[in-house]
Amino acid sequence: MKTFKVLTLLAVVLILSAFAVNTIGKVGEGSKGYNVGDIAADFSLKNIDGEQVSLNDYKDAKGFVVIFTCNTCPFSVANENRIIALDLKYKNQGYPVIAINPNNPEAQPGDSFEKMQVRAKEKGYTFPYLLDEGQKIYPAYGATKTPHVYLLHKTARGNEVKYIGAIDDNSRNEAAVKERFLENAINALLEGKEIEVTETRAIGCSIKV
Amino acid sequence: MKQLYLYFLLTCLSCGEKNNTTTIDEEVNGRAFATVDFEGYEAYLTEVKAPVVVVNFWATWCKPCIKELPYFEKLGKNYQDDVSVVLVSLDFPDQIERLEQFIEKHKLESQVVLLDDGNANEWIPKVDQDWSGAIPATIIFNKGERSFFEQSFTYEELEKQVKTFL
Repeated sequence: MKTFKVLTLLAVVLILSAFAVNTIGKVGEGSKGYNVGDIAADFSLKNIDGEQVSLNDYKDAKGFVVIFTCNTCPFSVANENRIIALDLKYKNQGYPVIAINPNNPEAQPGDSFEKMQVRAKEKGYTFPYLLDEGQKIYPAYGATKTPHVYLLHKTARGNEVKYIGAIDDNSRNEAAVKERFLENAINALLEGKEIEVTETRAIGCSIKV
Repeated sequence: MKQLYLYFLLTCLSCGEKNNTTTIDEEVNGRAFATVDFEGYEAYLTEVKAPVVVVNFWATWCKPCIKELPYFEKLGKNYQDDVSVVLVSLDFPDQIERLEQFIEKHKLESQVVLLDDGNANEWIPKVDQDWSGAIPATIIFNKGERSFFEQSFTYEELEKQVKTFL
């Protein structure tokens, strides 16, 4: 009988501790990633050429245009040419594009590493296109969709998040764009001015987990 | 019939007070859904009469949206007296045929509205302050309360949420 009581007690303790762990897990999930002003973590992710890429590799960069994007989302596809143009325009000024595919290829086969290689070649990507293997980086940033942009600026503290959101105000149709949010933000950094619009939103595809 | 009603309603919304004599002409319209900008969308929602309204933002190219769509259809059927389901499509305006074919193929019973408003940065926060812009996304509301979900649903989860509004 005593053994039974001890076992019951043990079970209760185990169940309670399971709940405790669960609650802590939930709190972690609730954190929504970076806000403007936060320092973004570096990463080491596999590029389509097989090499690992980290922000730390770019000694001369003033910052980075980190874009979570993929092959399959129509909004990402609608922005491919714009992303290439951004890289060509700003890489030499110190803000290269770093594209990261956050989708799990098992959930979205069109976003596999091999398919990423194919798409990058077809479009002639001028920037690294990295796979968020294990899907650890996008939650740290707080990306929820593709495309989702984080503009980073190198400071003594690390890479500070300066702008989060959309490339411009019309992701479906470039011809109808009136305001280029991301370019305005990079230009402000280059000119040493305050960024006027630091957060914007756009429709995108949820990240496939 | 629902769709006819919807068309009629939206026609009136878009024609405003200028023209109240617009008749339902499916030959001219030829579509099972109406296209609205954000203002039209808001006006439309104020006209839905059901005690509980479920608005789902989706698109034919959005895989998780398509997966959960049957649950919204089922919800609309099972609670037809109390719940009105509105499927707000974010399909590209130049791919309208895709949406038409989808509605026909899947025999969608819920009301479908195509939201064609390019400046998403303006209207996303108006839909909900918490919405990052990822789809699927769903709003459930009644006269007094409102909940927003940036997530996928199972039927059970959806029903559970809706029941709290009944």
